[in-house]
Amino acid sequence: MKTPSQTVGPYYTIGLVRDRGDQSRLADDGIPLVGTLFDGQGEPISDGLIEAWDAAGGRWGRSGTDADGRFALRVPADASHVEVYVFARGLLRHQWTRIYLDDPGDDPVLGSVDPSRRGTLIAQRESDGLRFDIHMQGDDATVFFVH
Amino acid sequence: MTVADGLSEIVLPDDPSLGPEVQIDYPGYRSTRWRAPNQPLVSVPEELHSLAGPVFGEDTVCSADADLTRQHDGEPIGERIIVHGRVLDTDGRPLRGALVEIWQANACGRYRHDVDQHPAPLDPNFSGAGRCLTDDDGRYEFITIKPGAYPWGNHENAWRPAHIHFSLFGRLFTQRLVTQMYFPGDPLFPFDPIFNSVRDPKSRALLVSRFDLAETVPDWALAFEWDIVLGRGGSDATPIEEHE
Repeated sequence: MKTPSQTVGPYYTIGLVRDRGDQSRLADDGIPLVGTLFDGQGEPISDGLIEAWDAAGGRWGRSGTDADGRFALRVPADASHVEVYVFARGLLRHQWTRIYLDDPGDDPVLGSVDPSRRGTLIAQRESDGLRFDIHMQGDDATVFFVH
Repeated sequence: MTVADGLSEIVLPDDPSLGPEVQIDYPGYRSTRWRAPNQPLVSVPEELHSLAGPVFGEDTVCSADADLTRQHDGEPIGERIIVHGRVLDTDGRPLRGALVEIWQANACGRYRHDVDQHPAPLDPNFSGAGRCLTDDDGRYEFITIKPGAYPWGNHENAWRPAHIHFSLFGRLFTQRLVTQMYFPGDPLFPFDPIFNSVRDPKSRALLVSRFDLAETVPDWALAFEWDIVLGRGGSDATPIEEHE
């Protein structure tokens, strides 16, 4: 029987965001990807942690959220998507979502999502990179996956 | 309202049907209310169950990372302990090279973190962070000090049982686990909503380490053993590759 999950709590930076240099770059020459993590009241979550994994390219990174709930990563320009885990105080188990760098068109995972919610998984293109906000709850909640 | 009445809102009765799954909207843990997802979760296609996860090389850790009592000029105050165990998949196979990261409060129950304002002393000789990679048998070992219990603002007179935070990467992306290790016989267990958010008592017991007399080092440190079982490894797991 597997070991259950427990929350990352408010002090995770002690163990997970520390002294070994910048972990936020999946690729040094990657595209800046920024976003804000929101709770169900529309308030930014300032003690969240975002981990991103480009499984096809074997590139991984993570970013804590700041006082304004913002995270910042650099994602490989040649990736179609990255897998994302969201951790925070109040999340007893991390949540799995996926960021498509662009609308992939026909895609089996995106295709399994209700059409009205697919847009929550596609990054917005801005002049200086990509934007992907994460909403934990509500009508515009980001899609989270289970396996 | 008696204390017992209040507690019934903080800690729900056992529910073995949930098995190892934590109840993510556990109401007694207040911070879940606006953070736990409340829209339906979407099942991923079967092939993603065996998606490989990141692999971390030897350069991720150094040997000093596993001894939290030797990261400063002096020794930290507290009860020196050895925490060790194996990282396994649900088929009992050891996971080698798994990155294990830990963080914890000091012996007084205070974290070295700006947000922690508990009026207990910081220890200049204790940072409370460690990491290691599991060996070929899936084993990990840390030397640290026993963390203290501490109050938190969840409800009136709320105290967390002593615990060490653990973060683990398995072979598969879906084996990722962040959890907390507790110590046997903690009197705070019946009152803690985070611990009790695992409502199956058999699964909850998996969060508790075992006092390990055999590994205790005489005249030096007590030992606790805690095995960690990540999700199903899958026979078709993608072979391990180093990532950059």
